[in-house]
Amino acid sequence: MIRSEILKEIAPILRNELVVCNIGIPSQELHAIDDQPSNFYMLGTMGLASSIGLGLALAQPKPVIVIDGDGSILTNLGTLPTIGNNAPGNYILMIIDNGSYGSTGDQPTYTSQRTDLAGMARAAGCARVVEVQDKDTGAALEEALASGEATVLVVKCDSGNAKMPVITMDPVVIRDRFMKAVAG
Amino acid sequence: MNIDKRIADVLAANGVSFVTTVPCKQLAGVIEEIDQRDDIFHIPSNKEDEGMGLCAGAWMGGKRPAIIMQNTAIGVTINTLATLIQYYRMPLPMLISYRGELREPVACQVEMAVHTKALLAQLNIPTYHFHWQRDVEEFDNILKYTFMCNKPVAILTDANFWGGYGDQ
Repeated sequence: MIRSEILKEIAPILRNELVVCNIGIPSQELHAIDDQPSNFYMLGTMGLASSIGLGLALAQPKPVIVIDGDGSILTNLGTLPTIGNNAPGNYILMIIDNGSYGSTGDQPTYTSQRTDLAGMARAAGCARVVEVQDKDTGAALEEALASGEATVLVVKCDSGNAKMPVITMDPVVIRDRFMKAVAG
Repeated sequence: MNIDKRIADVLAANGVSFVTTVPCKQLAGVIEEIDQRDDIFHIPSNKEDEGMGLCAGAWMGGKRPAIIMQNTAIGVTINTLATLIQYYRMPLPMLISYRGELREPVACQVEMAVHTKALLAQLNIPTYHFHWQRDVEEFDNILKYTFMCNKPVAILTDANFWGGYGDQ
């Protein structure tokens, strides 16, 4: 499965939760598959989805699901120790690990070679780290939500992108409706 | 009153309850003060752009955030300031140790100091420079201004403000 197929499958789970979604094609895919006010789409700033989600989870009690990618985690690796030492039980970091920089033309990342993100998350102090294959994402995500424990979920899948339109919504609108969903 | 406690008190009085820091020798006292307080949650960052992500999330979660960092971080965070904090129009007070200014003992620090105000000006970031300890009187107004306009705002604090640096 590729990322967009996973997102389609887990959309009914994501719909009810606060979601912080990674820059580029992941946000375009989520927006096209199931746009919700409770989705925060990153339009820039590669690498910070996990940090934004962590700040959000620390600031309020609702569950927060971050949809991140292997390339974005690799560009902000300092996030893993911060998560490992601070993440509250309402924080789920789901890394769609397709071994490539999807938004820029599917150049390979180091996770397609020798680098193991689940191992890095464990070494950084993350207590609940789960690695699954694409088809098992929904069940693993529901388990993570039910566990009430901070979870890093590494989803191994195929490289590839669905052709989806660019998000043209104003960033302040995205942010404002998201904050209303957080407070609602 | 001790300057570190005064800064933390003004943060708390303005409802700032989520502070992330990347350390600097000049900021050690204020970071320690913030770490010990019950009314402010302190989360150290490994890099300043990561810290700004944490602050963005905390603000969307209903907390007033702040970041404490060194001016070298301006070189690290320009993209984050432009495409996250400014693009989504979020407030972010940045209490910045202004290394490389008067009474600085380390020559390399001057290399970023000479670019600091120019970079902040290029980004249209409101910028205040604390040189004398009495300048801290403006801190309360600056925080109110930041959360009024939902912009990143820089408060540059040099070695003279902190009472000198080492033996200089």
